[in-house]
Amino acid sequence: MAASSELGKDKLTWMYTQMCRIREFEERVKRTFVEHPGVIRGHAHLGDGAEASIVGSLATRHENDLVMPSYRCHGYPLVLGTSAKAVMAEIYQRKTGVCKGFGGSMHLADPAHHLPTASGIIGQGIAHAAGAAYAAQVKKTGQVVYSFFGDGSSKQGAFYETLNMAAVWKLPVVFVLENNEYQAYTHIKLEDANAIAGDPLSQKAKAFSIPGATVDGTDPLKVYDAVNEAAERARAGKGPSLIESKFYRFSPHGNAITVPPVPTQFQEHEAIEVYGNKAEFAAAQANDPIKKFRAHLIGAGVVTEADAKKIEDFVRTEMDEVVKFALESPLPAPEDALNYVYA
Amino acid sequence: MAREMMFAEAIAVAITEEMQRDPSVVFYGQNMAMTDRDPFVRKFGKDRVRITPISETAEMGIAIGAAMNGLRPIVELYMAEFMLVAFDEVINEAPRLRYMSGGQVKVPCVFKAGFGFAAGWAGQHSNCTYHAMMGIPGLKVAVPSTSADAMGLMRAAIRDDNPVVYLHHYMLTIDKGPVPEGEHIVPFGVADIKREGTDVTIVATAWMVKKSLAAAEQLAKEGVSAEVVDPRTLAPLDIDTIVESVKKTGRLVLVDQAPRHASAAAVIAGEVAEHGFEYLKAPIKMVTALNTSVPYSEPMESYVLPSEEKIVSAVKSVLARHAAAV
Ligand SMILES: Cc1ncc(C[n+]2csc(CCOP(=O)(O)OP(=O)(O)O)c2C)c(N)n1
Ligand SMILES: [Mg+2]
Repeated sequence: MAASSELGKDKLTWMYTQMCRIREFEERVKRTFVEHPGVIRGHAHLGDGAEASIVGSLATRHENDLVMPSYRCHGYPLVLGTSAKAVMAEIYQRKTGVCKGFGGSMHLADPAHHLPTASGIIGQGIAHAAGAAYAAQVKKTGQVVYSFFGDGSSKQGAFYETLNMAAVWKLPVVFVLENNEYQAYTHIKLEDANAIAGDPLSQKAKAFSIPGATVDGTDPLKVYDAVNEAAERARAGKGPSLIESKFYRFSPHGNAITVPPVPTQFQEHEAIEVYGNKAEFAAAQANDPIKKFRAHLIGAGVVTEADAKKIEDFVRTEMDEVVKFALESPLPAPEDALNYVYA
Repeated sequence: MAREMMFAEAIAVAITEEMQRDPSVVFYGQNMAMTDRDPFVRKFGKDRVRITPISETAEMGIAIGAAMNGLRPIVELYMAEFMLVAFDEVINEAPRLRYMSGGQVKVPCVFKAGFGFAAGWAGQHSNCTYHAMMGIPGLKVAVPSTSADAMGLMRAAIRDDNPVVYLHHYMLTIDKGPVPEGEHIVPFGVADIKREGTDVTIVATAWMVKKSLAAAEQLAKEGVSAEVVDPRTLAPLDIDTIVESVKKTGRLVLVDQAPRHASAAAVIAGEVAEHGFEYLKAPIKMVTALNTSVPYSEPMESYVLPSEEKIVSAVKSVLARHAAAV
C-alpha cells in the first residue's frame, strides 16, 4: 500500500467513518447495561480510544489478509465488513449473532470477513495468528496476518514463544501490541519491566532480532505508516515485526464483575477508580483520536464540517438500527447448544 | 457463637489470619495489591503481598521454588482456566517434586482460583477443570460450598505441607453463611452431610450443593427424604462417608457441573460401584453438564448445566426404578 500521505479522500473518509462507527458501537454496548440490564451477560470489553489504532492498522490490509484480535474484539469486524447488526446481536445473546449466541462479546468470529477467531485467554491468540501466517507461507497465499493483543498480554509465555518462532520461520505476521497503559486494573508501571525502566515496549522486538517500532496509536495515519511498512516487509517474505501502538482506553477494563442477579455496569476508569488519577484520564480524553482526526481532515481540506456531521449522523442512525435489530432478534433455542461440538 | 460472612470474605479472613499467624505465608497474583491502600499490603507489606504480570507459568513456578526454600505462597489466579496456560506447574511440577526427590523436599503452596462462572462468561471462563487435578497423586483439591467450609479449608490449605488447588465457585461469592468463631479449620478428606435424609443420597460439591439442597427441599414437600453429602475436598476424597450414606439410603444421585466424562461424579460412581454395590437398590444416576463447551447465550447455558429440576427428576427416576423392582 502507498504511504499515508498518498491516501485519497475516499480512503480517508472511510477511515474516519470506521473510527466513528467503532466509537458509536461501543457507546451503545455500554448504554445497553443501563438501558437494557441483563441483555449482555458475562464480561464485555470496549475499544473506545483504540479507534485510530484499529482503523490505521486495518487500512493497510490487502483483500485476503487475516485479523486475529484479543477478547477486546468488537471494533475489528466492524471495519472488516461484518454486519454491525450481527456483531451486536451476538453480544445480545441472539440467534442472529455472528456466532449464533455461542461466543458473545469476547469471542467474535467471522472467517468470511477474515476474522477467524478471538481468544479470551491472554496471549494465546498471538500463537494462532502466527499459525495462520504459517499456513499462508506454506500455501503461498500471499496473505499477511495481523495479530492484535494488549500490553499486558506481552507478559504471557505465548508471546515470547510465538515471536521467536515467527522470527525463525520468517512468518508473514504483524504483531500489533496495543499499549493502553493498563492490563485490567493494573497500571503498566506495576508490571512491565520496559515501562518501569522508561523504555518503549517495542524494545521487546530486540529479543527476537526483528524490527520493533513504537507509534502514536491515537493518529491513524502514523499507525498506518508503521503497520504498512511491517505488512509489506512480511509480504516480501522478510518475516514479522512488532509495532507498539500507544493509546488509551476510555472505558474501564470491562463491565463490573458481579454475580447474578446483581446488575452490572461500567464504572469509572481505573485511573480514577483505583489510582485516583483524574489528571491522567483528563489528559487522555483531551487527546481523543476521533476529535483529532476530524480536526485534521477538516484542516487539510479533505472534508468539510458539514461532511463530518453527515458521517456522524449516518453512524448514529446505523447504530440505532443495529440496537433495534439486536433487541428484536430471537434468542437461540436451548437445544441449539448441542450443535457444533464436533466438526 | 457463629458470625455471618460472605463466602469471599471468609476466604479473605482465613488468608489474613494465617498470614498473621505465620510470617512465611506470602500472597500474590494479578490485579491485586495495586496500591498502598490495599488492605493486605497495609497489614503485611510489599515483601509478602505482591502484584504480578499476566504470567501464570512464572507465578506458579515461583511459588513452587519459594515453597522449597521456606515460604508458603498463596497464588491468586482468579479463574481456574488461567492455570491451564501453565498446567505443567500444577500437575507435573508441584505434586511431583517431593516424590521424585525421595521425600527430601516439600512444596507447601496454594493455587487459589475461582471456577464455574455460569453467568454468560462463555466457553473459556466458565468451566470445571478439577477432574484433571483430583487424580494427581501429591496434589490436593478443595471445593468449598459454604462460608464456613471456605474459611476452614483455606486455613487447612495454607497449613498443609503439600501443593493445594483451592477452587472457590464464582456463583457463591456473595452468599452469606455462618462461620464458627475462632480458628475454624476444616480438615481435608472429610465429607460433610449438608442435609440428612433416608431415601436417596445426593453427592455434590460447590455450587451444586446449593442446587442439590434446593432440590432436596422441593423433594421433601413431595415426601422424599434426600441426604446431601458434600465431599468438600476432591483429593483426598472421602469415599467412606459417601458409601455409609448409600448404605442407609440405597440410592445415589451424583450432581456435577462438569461434563460427564470430565466430572468428579464419574470417579465417585466408580468408587461406589466397587465399594457400595451391595447397598444399591437402583443404578447410580449422574446429573452433569451436557457434552458441550459452555455456550454464551442464557437459554443454551441453562440447558447444558445441571439444574434443580434435573436433580429432582433424577432422584425421582432412581426412586421409580426401585418401586418398579418391588
Ligand atoms: C491466561 C490469562 N490470565 C488472565 C486473564 C484475565 N485477563 C483478562 S483481560 C486481562 C488484561 C489484559 O490486558 P492487556 O493485554 O493489556 O489488554 P487490554 O485489556 O488492555 O486490551 C486479564 C489479566 C486471562 N484472560 N487469561
Ligand atoms: Mg492493556
